[in-house]
Amino acid sequence: MKRLERKHPLAIRWFHWINFPILAVMVWSGLLIYWANAVYRVGVGKHTLFKMTIPEHLYEKWHIAFRLGWGLSFHFFFMWLFAINGILYVLYTIFSGEWRYLLPDRRSFIEAIQVTLYDLRLRKEPPPQRKYNAAQRIAYTAIIVMGLGSLVTGLAIYKPVQFAWLTYLFGGYQMARFFHFWLTIGYVVFFVVHIGQVVRTGWNNFRAMIIGYEVHEVPNE
Amino acid sequence: MNDEDVGRGEQEVGGEQEERRVDQEVDETRAEGKDASPPTDTPPPASHISPPTSDVDGQVRRLSRRGFFVAGVSAIAAYGGWRWLTNASRMGDVPWPLRRTLETNEKLSEAYFRERRLSPTFPASMITNARINGGIGLNANYDMSAWQLNIDGNTLNLADIQAFPKREMITEFRCIEGWSYIAKWSGARLADVMAKFPPPPDTRYVAMETPGRAYYVGLDMQSAMHPQTLLAYELNEQPLTWQHGAPLRLTIPVKYGIKNIKRVGTIRYTNVRPADFWAERGYDWYAGH
Repeated sequence: MKRLERKHPLAIRWFHWINFPILAVMVWSGLLIYWANAVYRVGVGKHTLFKMTIPEHLYEKWHIAFRLGWGLSFHFFFMWLFAINGILYVLYTIFSGEWRYLLPDRRSFIEAIQVTLYDLRLRKEPPPQRKYNAAQRIAYTAIIVMGLGSLVTGLAIYKPVQFAWLTYLFGGYQMARFFHFWLTIGYVVFFVVHIGQVVRTGWNNFRAMIIGYEVHEVPNE
Repeated sequence: MNDEDVGRGEQEVGGEQEERRVDQEVDETRAEGKDASPPTDTPPPASHISPPTSDVDGQVRRLSRRGFFVAGVSAIAAYGGWRWLTNASRMGDVPWPLRRTLETNEKLSEAYFRERRLSPTFPASMITNARINGGIGLNANYDMSAWQLNIDGNTLNLADIQAFPKREMITEFRCIEGWSYIAKWSGARLADVMAKFPPPPDTRYVAMETPGRAYYVGLDMQSAMHPQTLLAYELNEQPLTWQHGAPLRLTIPVKYGIKNIKRVGTIRYTNVRPADFWAERGYDWYAGH
């Protein structure tokens, strides 16, 4: 026997799917900007594991090179859409009560470890799964905090004199740029894991993000 | 919602009604079930639950048909919007809606701008290598003795500029490319020089050009009047080298490096938004911090 469960409110589905292309444009235009000064690396001390850059011919091939002006123009257009959509989403979760399913609580951090172990097949018993499991709660809350981080570090780079106090808070102009960059890498990592988990969880779960409802098997009475 | 007469067995094609119908079933189930407690402050249950007897497959089909139809139309609309935006006619080498947005951002920035907000200053120990970048309008064998500054029709030489009170500051020079350096600049405040050759009241812009006008920038008046906007003749206590814009350049830490024009030859006042070398090449005209 099956039953239908309402999972994602219409508003959250819209916020989610609107955010996806906007964030994609922000990352792409950010890459056009980063190209002009691609200085970051992964390493310890003077030892560089790898540089956060791609070969010159790929910059050319993917039309990233020499498009800083375009990158900035797109960035300063889509930043508004990113911010507005994000703020509306947060307000919606607050006023609808959806935040209750999204915010981690005291147990979440322990449970998130259980989720991770289970997903990595190091643990047999499934962890408690409510609408969102503990790892999801942490991830979906963290991504909002990251979004806020991108907005404020972005502002700190965008107006480092008018908002000098903010830039100072992040440790100066170059540090603000550093955080702004690594937050973006964080989105890319989130995206890869998110897609992996969605594929793993299957069609029913994915479809719920489009239609709002999920089909559940219930034992016959 | 509960007042609506929605038949359970009807084939509703309308999407919103379908969702309502499913919700009503869900609500009825909750009312009938154990969850009949009066409304309290406790959080609502994690999900609404439909009776297991209903035609789940049929409902899912109808919901999917609508959901994926809306998704498909939205995706096509988004793609169309993207095509429209990227193919929109160019203003200053970017699609016009982006240029218009830069101008709107500029208005907001100007409204928020305060002359008393200063670019942070640093101790001398934090001075870093003054990177050389951009040589448009510069050449090594320029005859410095022939240089003159024309400001609103008046001609000045370097000694005239140096006669103004000497201002010194250690500030961060921020290139629009993302790099920056900290340097000590010495020179005359542009506001001091302009006070001697005052523009007509309510003049909106200041235009600056290299001799021969190979490079040119436009500035809004409040940025030009900012106390840290200098006509500098020294970098790190040394006379400017030609690469850094000898004999006189603009240092304006409330703007990106692109506005810090080297080897200034002409300063004009105007109410017509002055041409700007990089704004013509896809960059923000304001480019302000």
